[in-house]
Amino acid sequence: MEENNQIIITVAGKDKTGIVANVSNALSNHKVNIEDIKQTIMQDNFVMIMLCNIEKMEVSFKEFKDNLQTLGEELGMEIWVQKKDIFDKMHTI
Amino acid sequence: MSNFNQQQIIETIKMIKIHHLDIRTTTLSLSLRDCASTDTKTTANKIYDKILKYATKLVPLAQEIENEYSIPIVNKRIALTPISLIGESCDNVDYVYIAQMIDKAAAEVGVDFVGGFSALVDKGFTKGDLRFFEQIPEALATTNKLCSSVNLGTSKAGVNMDAVLKTADVIKKTAELTKDFDSIGAAKFVCFCNAVTDNPFMAGAFCGINEAECALNIGVSGPGVVSSAIEELDKAADFGEVANLIKKMAFKITTAGELIGRRLAKKLDIPFGIIDLSLAPTPAKGDSVAEIFKAMGLEQAGAHGTTMALAMLNDAVKKGGIMASSYVGGLSGAFIPVSEDAGMIEAAKLGSLTIDKLEAMTSVCSVGLDMIAIPGDTPNSTIAGIIADEMAIGMINKKTTAVRIIPVIGKTIGDSAEFGGLLGSAPIMKVNPYSSETFVKRGGRVPAPLHSLNN
Repeated sequence: MEENNQIIITVAGKDKTGIVANVSNALSNHKVNIEDIKQTIMQDNFVMIMLCNIEKMEVSFKEFKDNLQTLGEELGMEIWVQKKDIFDKMHTI
Repeated sequence: MSNFNQQQIIETIKMIKIHHLDIRTTTLSLSLRDCASTDTKTTANKIYDKILKYATKLVPLAQEIENEYSIPIVNKRIALTPISLIGESCDNVDYVYIAQMIDKAAAEVGVDFVGGFSALVDKGFTKGDLRFFEQIPEALATTNKLCSSVNLGTSKAGVNMDAVLKTADVIKKTAELTKDFDSIGAAKFVCFCNAVTDNPFMAGAFCGINEAECALNIGVSGPGVVSSAIEELDKAADFGEVANLIKKMAFKITTAGELIGRRLAKKLDIPFGIIDLSLAPTPAKGDSVAEIFKAMGLEQAGAHGTTMALAMLNDAVKKGGIMASSYVGGLSGAFIPVSEDAGMIEAAKLGSLTIDKLEAMTSVCSVGLDMIAIPGDTPNSTIAGIIADEMAIGMINKKTTAVRIIPVIGKTIGDSAEFGGLLGSAPIMKVNPYSSETFVKRGGRVPAPLHSLNN
């Protein structure tokens, strides 16, 4: 059940140095593997979307998400953490 | 490793964050057929225990899933077998006591509402039904989370006009007993024609007698998602394009509901029941069905053309949603409550939306006259007349129709009623001043209509 372990992390806000480093570092600390990263600029906002795998993660989903959102607040960025299957379901027949 | 599409992810987050995409309700449908006994206390205790046994994990598990997908599940609810049936075999049954025990159980497990304080009297009353009707007002006035519903007619049996009149009395008495809170008791009561047995929405959710032991039913929402998509469409786009766009949005909303419903049912270890594809508004700005009419090109909800806009919307929502789920049920379509929809409230205040126009709209919407506040001194016979008209639309058109109307005691035209939360607020609307009394007091049953020679 690879799908169930895949999550999408969306980071959005004003571009500044250290975003990728800080988020990647947090993921590594939680033993979350990054499988793919895409970045874009939307209406002057930096948007980074990461496909990650939480198979080896040692904390609960809730704890991980809370930690990332706290990091988001520190960085002044909005961070969304969602299981990936919602996107697959909603946008494909 | 699998791919992902940036645009789809951003679109989904926008739908949730800006356009209020949410799962309106996860409703646990629970049969109480094994709770009947000859003693009120025994029955009430059995019901209490059964609710605690099945529903204790509903709220925490729903919150867990909410967190995993970042989609709000606004309400967690329970729908029970109609209590009139379960209580009837008790000696001198005290339905109010049963209601209070249900309310206590609902508070214990932390759900928002519990439905099923209901009776099915479309063809006639049993002795127990009569007793039940008498006790509805007190049950609603002495509980917080309990919702009550009655089925007064069907296309197969006709309409029980004695029950229509009694229902008007129930509404009025409930309003009086809760007059200190803008008669909110009446907002937790609805009467139906052709009630459905798997509806997850309140106040009319109950677990029909044909339903399984338990199941998880889902009600999706998202009028804001549809209105914003139509707004972005070229103003010259024709109705075929608009309908197609609504179908696509309904598909996306429904798949989200289906995924979350199935995940939650699995975690609860109970069967997944149905998904109800309703566009249910909330008082929040941008979460409005009336905004969809505006996006389609009407200046206000209620303007001429609104019935057509609603008909197309309702049909397209069903067409789009039905592809997204294996089991579609409930009421499915677009709801048009007044107090729960900021755009409808505005239209009613401006005088664009009247009860008469709403009645016409109910012939093509998914339910009926919903959350309409009327003057507190409206005669019971006028309320019965309003109900009778609505039942007629349901009976003849073989569709579900309903009336949830609140005579706000002590208030009149120009005033506003405040219900709070999802129930919102409503301007008091004008009713026809001429009498229906002699008509509604004829009593008896309106015969079932002919099912051929349709025109």
